[in-house]
Amino acid sequence: MNLLIKNGDLVNPGKPKLNGKLDLLVKQGKIAKIGENLKAGKGCQVIDATRQYVFPGLVDLHVHLREPGHEYKEDIASGTKAAARGGFTTINCMPNTEPPIDNRSVVEFVREVAKASGVIRVVTTACITKGRAGKELVEMADLYEAGVRTLSDDGDMVEDAHLMRRALEYAGMFPLTIISHAEVAGLSRGGDMNEGFVSTKLGLKGIPAAAEEIAVARDIRLAELAKARLHLAHLSTTGSIELLRTAQKRGLPITGEVTPHHFTLTDEETVGYDTSTKVNPPLRERQDVLACVRGIEDGTISCIATDHAPHAGFEKEREYSRAPFGISGLETAVSLAFTELHLKHKIPLATIIAALTINPARILALDIGTLAENGPASLTIFDPNLKWRVEPSAFLSKGKSTPFAGRELTGRVSSTIYNGRLVYQFD
Amino acid sequence: MSFTRKDLLGIEELSAGEIQSLLVAAVSFKEIIERNVKKVPTLRGKTIINLFLEPSTRTRISFELAGKYLSADVINISAGGSSVSKGESLLDTAKTLEAMKADYLVVRTPFAGAPLYLAKMVKSAVINAGDGAHEHPTQALLDLFTIQEKFQQIRSLKVAIIGDISHSRVARSNIWGLLKLGAEVTLIAPPTLLPIDIEKMGVKVRFKIDDELKKADLVYVLRLQRERQRGGLLPGLREYARLYGINSSRISKKAMVMHPGPLNQGIEIDDELAYGPRSLVTDQVTNGLAVRMAVLYLLVGKK
Repeated sequence: MNLLIKNGDLVNPGKPKLNGKLDLLVKQGKIAKIGENLKAGKGCQVIDATRQYVFPGLVDLHVHLREPGHEYKEDIASGTKAAARGGFTTINCMPNTEPPIDNRSVVEFVREVAKASGVIRVVTTACITKGRAGKELVEMADLYEAGVRTLSDDGDMVEDAHLMRRALEYAGMFPLTIISHAEVAGLSRGGDMNEGFVSTKLGLKGIPAAAEEIAVARDIRLAELAKARLHLAHLSTTGSIELLRTAQKRGLPITGEVTPHHFTLTDEETVGYDTSTKVNPPLRERQDVLACVRGIEDGTISCIATDHAPHAGFEKEREYSRAPFGISGLETAVSLAFTELHLKHKIPLATIIAALTINPARILALDIGTLAENGPASLTIFDPNLKWRVEPSAFLSKGKSTPFAGRELTGRVSSTIYNGRLVYQFD
Repeated sequence: MSFTRKDLLGIEELSAGEIQSLLVAAVSFKEIIERNVKKVPTLRGKTIINLFLEPSTRTRISFELAGKYLSADVINISAGGSSVSKGESLLDTAKTLEAMKADYLVVRTPFAGAPLYLAKMVKSAVINAGDGAHEHPTQALLDLFTIQEKFQQIRSLKVAIIGDISHSRVARSNIWGLLKLGAEVTLIAPPTLLPIDIEKMGVKVRFKIDDELKKADLVYVLRLQRERQRGGLLPGLREYARLYGINSSRISKKAMVMHPGPLNQGIEIDDELAYGPRSLVTDQVTNGLAVRMAVLYLLVGKK
């Protein structure tokens, strides 16, 4: 079916000339034409995007889809529907499934299930080490041939610095990009939240900022030694972002991401022991939130990623120390980015959308994240005027835990189109 | 000033007035427990469930007796003997106990914040009998009662709390209570047993015993858990006793001594002091009953 998107305001990173008030004509899953005053042909469906933005389909670099193994938390069908509702047309799943994604057959399993039951595109990061055990490297060549472009033991750091060095060196030849989960376990073990005055008052064990910063410093130095690319996942502290900024100034090919919860919330949210505030890395302090915002603004942080980490209700509904880390992030991310980063902190929309499209696409080595004639028709229509309240029971994700429950946000995805198909529409 | 809460979860959220009204009520209950016949009918027909998910003797017995002196029906559940040990969730347990129409749930748990979580979920009055390293409000109330009884007033009193502040709910509850009632509080502990930014609560902090301890009117000694040595927090008990062990030569001649029990004699405090004339340890235990009776009474008064 053909589709004409009329009167939208195009925000299109990487294509400076294709921005502003433009129509898009979609034919057979591709963008046939971008221009002014395009006419709908016979049988062409028209979407009126007046006073709305049109973005390239959003890309989420960091999603836990839980399948295979933990389908009660989320599966590829529910996770991709949630992603579509959040405006994403490509998501990258992390390999801490059961079994973990550490070999070609699991990569192919995820791909097949995604083709059969997913509504958008799913790509996978594979493990750095077999079984995520931190002992032996995975078969990188085989994984590369299977389409993998990034590796991570996300959830755990590769503790052995020597092994991490070799992983970076070996990965560089394909090239595969290593995504670092920067957390020194010896400093974070047993911790529930950020270590600070709030953890002192609450009597919860803290995770110091140094647990992340020491790991970030180590991995930057190892990447330099290995002459490798490196991507730093979910940075949360002022110190980490400063280390990344310094590394980039020295010309190292190192990138970083932050999550919407880390650029919005502080550890004060933990008062009351609501387990929807339990995330890893933990919510930090005011200056860290501001460092995340500044990092996005000045480009140090090139990606916004959700770290969508859904859990079943019964797992989160328990004592704070016994609840698992992780929240449902896909369905609030772009609205939080718009409300917090654009409206509150005045960051240009083009910067924010690049961090949700072309920048993560580059790390995934995917030629997507921008809208061009003859390119795939994956795009997101966003209504910046709509105010709405986050209602977890309306989430399409199986994970309903969110620290944003009840919060009013401005701007919301009104349609998500993946390869010319309407995969989500707000009604 | 009246007390109108459904639950008693911590001292932090109480006003000075609320604390005082609890302490005032405890005076009459202390009079009752000094009688020959201790039983009063105040809570006849009410049910108290002591849900103790962590070992405890004195707090559990104190709540049990407090309930019995008030004529309530009291049931004790401990972690080992309950379905909690079979993996039943805390919420399930609490919902079940509520469905049995328990009026009070007295909860001791290793998990900070769990009593607050329960209080939101059940209609029963929830009393925090110690949650992880967070709070132990009835301990602080009995300590404040004991201090007030001994010193008449808490305002401007110099109090030193010495020992493992990091892992201590007793310390946190007492710091809140003492500060709200106007005491000057100094904490004395090695850096490894002090939680980060604790001075932001409004206390002075000392790493070693110095003149601050000599100036104290009251020295509150905390129990040192022996496993702290294994956690890398201390080189050993011998060195701890040498640096922080309290004996009569280290404190002012007028100072009184308190301890929440159980004591590690010869480690954090020496025998002579612990049971000597300057110790308030047994008063604390007696006052614990009176204070817990007052808490049960005032919480039920709300319904």
